Amino acid sequence: MEFFLQNLINALQWGSFYALIAVGYSMVYGVLFLFNFAHGDVFMVGAYIGFFVSTFLLAADLTSALSLPPSVTLGLVLVMTLIISMFLNSFVGMLIERIGYRPLRAAPRASAAITGLMIGIILETGNLAILGPQRLAFPELIQTATINIAGVSITNKKILIVGVSILLTLALHLFVRRSKWGMAMRAMAYDYVVVPLMGISTNTIALMTFALGSALAAAAGILYGVAYPVLDPNMGILFGWKAFVAAILGGRGSILGAGLAGFLLGFIEIFVATIFPSTMRNLIAFGIILVILIFRPHGFFGEPHSAQLRL
Amino acid sequence: MKIYKIFPLLLITIILLGACAPALPESIKIGVNAPLTGDIPKVGEGTRYAAELWLEETGGTINVGGKDYTVELVIEDNESKGESAAAVNTKLITQDEVLVIVGPQASKQAVPAGAVANDLETPMISPWSTNPATTLGRPWVFRTPFLDPFQGPVVANFVSEEFGYTNAGVLYDIASDYPKGLAEFFQMGWEDIGGSVVAFESFTTGDTDFSAQLTKIKDAGAEFIFAPQYYNEIALIVQQARELGFEGPIVGSDSWGSAELMNLCGDACKGLFFSTHYAAEGATGATKEFIDKYNAKYGYVPDDVGALTWDAFNIVKKAIEDCGAITGDIDADRQCVRDAMANIREFPGITGNMSFNEEGDPTKCAVIVKISDEGLFTFYEQVCP
Repeated sequence: MEFFLQNLINALQWGSFYALIAVGYSMVYGVLFLFNFAHGDVFMVGAYIGFFVSTFLLAADLTSALSLPPSVTLGLVLVMTLIISMFLNSFVGMLIERIGYRPLRAAPRASAAITGLMIGIILETGNLAILGPQRLAFPELIQTATINIAGVSITNKKILIVGVSILLTLALHLFVRRSKWGMAMRAMAYDYVVVPLMGISTNTIALMTFALGSALAAAAGILYGVAYPVLDPNMGILFGWKAFVAAILGGRGSILGAGLAGFLLGFIEIFVATIFPSTMRNLIAFGIILVILIFRPHGFFGEPHSAQLRL
Repeated sequence: MKIYKIFPLLLITIILLGACAPALPESIKIGVNAPLTGDIPKVGEGTRYAAELWLEETGGTINVGGKDYTVELVIEDNESKGESAAAVNTKLITQDEVLVIVGPQASKQAVPAGAVANDLETPMISPWSTNPATTLGRPWVFRTPFLDPFQGPVVANFVSEEFGYTNAGVLYDIASDYPKGLAEFFQMGWEDIGGSVVAFESFTTGDTDFSAQLTKIKDAGAEFIFAPQYYNEIALIVQQARELGFEGPIVGSDSWGSAELMNLCGDACKGLFFSTHYAAEGATGATKEFIDKYNAKYGYVPDDVGALTWDAFNIVKKAIEDCGAITGDIDADRQCVRDAMANIREFPGITGNMSFNEEGDPTKCAVIVKISDEGLFTFYEQVCP
């Protein structure tokens, strides 16, 4: 039982990253009918931005500047890192949309997919060229505290990671469902031919979608840095693929679906690794997803779309 | 009619043959096959720095048979991948026509690259690869470190004597030659002295989350974990083990000894032990000289890779000098250098004295290092075969 619960906690943390990245994937796909294959690398860029922002903030020495106790400062640095990096990374996303995808909006979808892969490679090699191949150690923004409940170890990091990712997913869900901008996004997903005629600018909505997705990816990147403090330029590739799968599994454009599928993928991976040799991890994980898709080809919350219904 | 078609071909053949005629060379090319990018870039950096320091030290020339030859280093990146390392060797041998190759470092690259060097009959010496397969049945391939069938039991004996444990947990990368081989040799060594391996868990290169495996190891009742992994993975493994409430020691092998380990791992790694080739702290003689020169030039204490690369270059130098003459016929020269290298029986290196056997493998002592509270790799004990 302990063993099971411990793995459950492990899986929740691991799934959080998939969930946050998958949400961004799913949103772009839902609204623009576009697979942003560079999204995994946007996550990587977010983690690196987080690294630089937090290093800068730590060097600025807020403890003496604001005369706060050290533990409060660390928390403040973490929150500020999250907010500033999400803000900065949203510009990375908008830049990608503006330069990479907007000129291709009328082109066949394959062109956009290839562009996405290319942008990903540019981000990876650009990072390699500028920062060099050395791994970076993400600064320790939380003093690890381990709580032991009936033999199950839970750290404050795990609680933070799972909490923030669920919170952000729900916040985005509410934004899309309740706000006027969210309504515009859903309308665009519904019919992107007629909706622009109603005075909603495709370009604005596209930029907003990319900005939101990239901000979430930055949050995922920083949380990843907190949990696994070794940053590497290629860390986004595998996450990108897995999150793409989670987005498909969740159902097109469904934010809660993508979040849920991200957590599910985390669970499958962790539990496969506890039962089978780890080499089977991806094989079995993707096998299970394939079986689910056979029975639910549109994912958990996706609907079969006719020519009109696009979300 | 036909003759006109053949004529240009003939011309080209003649020109090519002319180019191949042995002109007396002025320089000697040494290829370096190093992981400059990829999973272990610090290893690549150490290789390059040691090679360049060595070149500076020799004044850029080697005297063979009374004549000075300029030494030219051809450093190529193998991206920490086996297939790239093999491709780099092919390029170094066939295009750059190097006389001898130093590298690759990790066994994952050295095993496939060694096959290429052996097939194309070019002497190769790996400074850091400890997996037996690198040189096994390959007369053209040599190495400077001890081997894993030695290192595995060394670690097993050390843990048994130091801590008195009986239950071991092992966590290793199944997709990489070095960790896989060493994990198995450790298991054999551990069971030979009466211990039991309660969890033998694997992951795949590139994984960053080991929580499932570590939970299993902890659940199985392991008293310590043996993790023969590279420095970037160690930082994650140690931290995650602690977060899951694993209190026992985590013991490592020579792949830990990178100058980068403490930058990534921080406080979590302090107080841990690993086996390696030399301890920089408290070194004396030629070893100290090398460390001081390296530190002065590059600003950090060289890790074992740097020291072993230095030794490998000096063995190469000795072999070339012993060869006696450079004819300019690259095949004959390679044969000559290989024979000279195979004839070296004893070599006093800065990582200890080596005596080579028929396979081209040295017999030498291993060092157990403790990571001090200042984050330095301090000498703990020496184990000789």
